[in-house]
Amino acid sequence: MTPEVLTLSETPWLYTGVMLVKIIVAFVATLLIVAYATYAERKIIGRMQTRMGPNMTGPKGLLQPIADGLKLFFKEDIIPSQAHWFAFILAPMMILAPAFISISVIPFGGDLQFSYDGILYAVPMQITDLNIGVLFIVAMAGLGVYGIVLAGLASNSKYALLGGIRSTAQMVSYELAVGLSIVAIFMLSETLSLRGIVAAQQLPLWGLESVSFIPNWYIFCQPLAFGLFVIGSMAEINRTPFDLPEAETELVSGFCTEYSAMKYALFFMAEYANMITVSAIATTLFLGGWGGPFYGWINFLIKVFAFMFFFIWIRATFPRLRYDQLMFLGWKIMLPLALVNIVITGIAILLW
Amino acid sequence: MEAILFYLTATVAVLSAVFVTQCRNPVNSALNLITTFLCLAVFYIMLESPFMAAIQIMVYAGAIMVLIVFVIMLLNLGLAVKERYTHGMAAGGILAALILFVANYFIRAGEATGTGGSVTSEVIASYGHTELIGRAMFVDFLLPFEIASILLLVAIVGAVILSKREV
Repeated sequence: MTPEVLTLSETPWLYTGVMLVKIIVAFVATLLIVAYATYAERKIIGRMQTRMGPNMTGPKGLLQPIADGLKLFFKEDIIPSQAHWFAFILAPMMILAPAFISISVIPFGGDLQFSYDGILYAVPMQITDLNIGVLFIVAMAGLGVYGIVLAGLASNSKYALLGGIRSTAQMVSYELAVGLSIVAIFMLSETLSLRGIVAAQQLPLWGLESVSFIPNWYIFCQPLAFGLFVIGSMAEINRTPFDLPEAETELVSGFCTEYSAMKYALFFMAEYANMITVSAIATTLFLGGWGGPFYGWINFLIKVFAFMFFFIWIRATFPRLRYDQLMFLGWKIMLPLALVNIVITGIAILLW
Repeated sequence: MEAILFYLTATVAVLSAVFVTQCRNPVNSALNLITTFLCLAVFYIMLESPFMAAIQIMVYAGAIMVLIVFVIMLLNLGLAVKERYTHGMAAGGILAALILFVANYFIRAGEATGTGGSVTSEVIASYGHTELIGRAMFVDFLLPFEIASILLLVAIVGAVILSKREV
């Protein structure tokens, strides 16, 4: 018996209920991972620098994120008198929302089946499957810039303005390289839907039956695009070594200098939410999504956590780049490499 | 349902477009312009053109508006120098009203209707919107597309030459 697909027109209440459950599960899971990513980052960097990291709040410091949240929640919320108040309030929302929206098109696993009223239904473990999924993600990444830009502009402070200007230039330049590196992926998959891209990566490597134990992950045919994507996304989400917008030694705290209390916490959360989003996208596009030895979403989470560990590791290892080096890397190395990668991929597709 | 959504979005689009011209602070104008672009993206989705919607957000909201806000930041304009440009604004308004009138006339007279062409909802559903645009751009209209890209290249070279002290 082939399972039915839920549609809004035939079973509106069931469809709405299932959608709500999916949204709530994805949202809560992301929020939890955000909270404990801060803890993991402090613990891991602590261990790498031979310190303890947080260990006083709760067993092994496990309640630290909750304590941080409570503290920031009860602090006084200050809006500077010279600030542009509307943009000042809007900025933290504008930076957090795109990160969470991007999660909605990412497939976490295969189909879940359940029967209701005697009919078997299949529900994909993905909030929605857009047929322009990849473009949607790129568009949302583009909107993420506004949070930082508005924060810098609205604060009416020199440090915040400089941080905002730096970040605008940085994000616009790296967005190009990231977008172009993704182009090579959907040239291979011939679809823009993330579900289709994951399905294409479940086949054996390069269609060879003799190595059928190796899946056709795009990291194997597109290593250059993978490298460009990871470096470019690190720059786009302002992680070290590309965290120039908030370089403490020169800009106090960059674009969020004037922020306090929960608004500051939102910026902090956005950094980790962006990290999760980027890890999830890299997993889906290059590492075969939820495919692997275990059950669907467990594979997915393992890959995402591995990526986040990698980002944290990088932060503990590398010093910050100088601004001109950053621009040089973006425009003169990564952009041409991404273009060359597209040309090579095109020739390869024509030949085979 | 779709009509309600359309009128809601249209109201927001028109209001924010009015505010773009009426706000005294350039930051507010820029924010309103972004809202207008987002509303246009919603319209594209309603017209079964998801690809155009994504490009609208990526290019206009994600790149061009960021550069405009960037310029506002660098110039630190403050409150607009509005009074100096009243004549230009009046002339522009009259011109826009005339164009709107002519466009309405053409639509009413039936000269611009019935030009939907071969692309219908069924075609979009079977081929996919992205594929249709790709086919039109890279197969049917390849030469105009290449000419447009050469024009853009000329513009880029011109900008580089103008901004460099010594070439």
